[in-house]
Amino acid sequence: MPAVRFDNVTKVFPGVHGTRALDGVSFDIEAGEFFGLLGPNGAGKTTLISVLAGLARATSGRVTVMGHDVVDDFAAARKSLGIVPQELVFDPFFNVRETLRIQSGYFGVRRNDDWIDELLAHLGLEDKALANMRQLSGGMKRRVLVAQALVHKPPVIVLDEPTAGVDVELRQSLWGFVARLNREGHTVLLTTHYLEEAEALAGRIAMLKHGRIVALDRTSALLARAASTMLRFKTDDALPPGLAAQARVTGRIVQLRARDAGEVEHHLAALRSAGVHVEELEIGHADLEDVFVEIMHREPAAAPAGAAA
Amino acid sequence: MSLEGAGTLFRKELLRFWKVGFQTVAAPVLTAMLYLLIFAHVLEDRVQVYPGVGYTSFLIPGLVMMSVLQNAFANSSSSLIQSKITGNLVFLLVTPLDHRAWYVAYVGASVVRGLAVGAGVLAVTVWFVPLRMAEPAWIVVFALLGAALLGSLGLVAGLWAEKFDQMAAFQNFIIVPMTFLSGVFYSVNSLPGIWFTVSHFNPFFYMIDGFRRGFFGVSDISPWTSLAVVAGAFVGVAALTLRLLASGYKLRV
Repeated sequence: MPAVRFDNVTKVFPGVHGTRALDGVSFDIEAGEFFGLLGPNGAGKTTLISVLAGLARATSGRVTVMGHDVVDDFAAARKSLGIVPQELVFDPFFNVRETLRIQSGYFGVRRNDDWIDELLAHLGLEDKALANMRQLSGGMKRRVLVAQALVHKPPVIVLDEPTAGVDVELRQSLWGFVARLNREGHTVLLTTHYLEEAEALAGRIAMLKHGRIVALDRTSALLARAASTMLRFKTDDALPPGLAAQARVTGRIVQLRARDAGEVEHHLAALRSAGVHVEELEIGHADLEDVFVEIMHREPAAAPAGAAA
Repeated sequence: MSLEGAGTLFRKELLRFWKVGFQTVAAPVLTAMLYLLIFAHVLEDRVQVYPGVGYTSFLIPGLVMMSVLQNAFANSSSSLIQSKITGNLVFLLVTPLDHRAWYVAYVGASVVRGLAVGAGVLAVTVWFVPLRMAEPAWIVVFALLGAALLGSLGLVAGLWAEKFDQMAAFQNFIIVPMTFLSGVFYSVNSLPGIWFTVSHFNPFFYMIDGFRRGFFGVSDISPWTSLAVVAGAFVGVAALTLRLLASGYKLRV
């Protein structure tokens, strides 16, 4: 039995254009997996997680968590899920410990202070237990959100962009903690914009575009798919037209794909003959970001009616 | 329905208003006091509604009930709209709690807040004039039913409103006029024809009149009629609220 199963999930938001946020999404997440869900803004990642969490209802299709249907058997499905929402939300009336006790009680778990203490310790919140939620910094609030999601010990943990706007130290400690939970048997579903995080943590990755799955594979297989060489350098000059068409340019940084050493030489010769001044030249392997960009540009995903490309 | 889950939400709702009790309990008691001081000062010697009952005595039960109703409404409506707007309602939406648990917890806490304010108003105003309780059972029945009805109506308003000004409109253009025009400050028997008739379409009139019956043993209409109207209104609003909650109206897209 998969931990999470999406079966032909479609979500159409009512409105003039009838935006098709999800269009026949199907995939399984096996128990114990660390699964990455990637996609550009507006691809449908948060909608998919909302359907999973019961915050939104699928127009058609079916979602189960640990075998429990998220609509027909929502109580059992939600008990199996711990959701860390994307928005930094909190209830200003309560302190950290009260917040966690209340969340625990909603799930029917009484006298949960031992586990709450453990969560506070692991997330570096011990000295904040009696602080009001309003007094916490953004990073601390984010930690409380993680603790709230885990307070009922769910087998499946969902993190929706958990490190957006979070400093490096918290990102590191958060990933250490989540990786540990995954080793202890929790299934983790992660959406993130930081592709290096997904590459480092997720065993399998799905890529979503216009509400459709455009890639789904083991992270290593996805990387092997683009087992090509990347030429990276900085320049202030304009690239010759032949190279400009295939280059990925971020400010001064230029990245060019090359299939083999011969193509590397070819690129360099083209740059030299065009008189382009090249700085900090590196030759390396393609990473997940390169795969991501390639897939997002290449895969034909039918644009939903009325949606902006 | 999970009892532990519903109980937790109920306790959380109680804590929420109790933590700001100065604003949610003390302030409405003061407001009711001011009404009493002003109206009693102006009208005590001029108006006698029931034989042998001074105007101040007549006014107190109405003020108590008005406070019960307005605060029961305020509790569930403001809690829900605040959670919706700040986004922390998500913590509740991801739980296994079903629509019945939501209903019992929100309405239960509204009843407690309404009764707490009502008891506060009564405790303060009782120093001004002696008040007897001729038929106390009516006091309890109408206070409970009225608070539950308004707590339920507050849930409907909280579900419907998407912005604070929509909520304020619901309160200022529906709840406040209906409570003020319900016979809190006068007996509807003193009203000219058309307004006398209109008043009988206002369910708040029956709540006030039935509640007041418990104090004086006299009322504009039979307390049994009032009970039937108020109970019927409660059942109708409760059914609507439960249906909206179960369907995820404006909660789950």
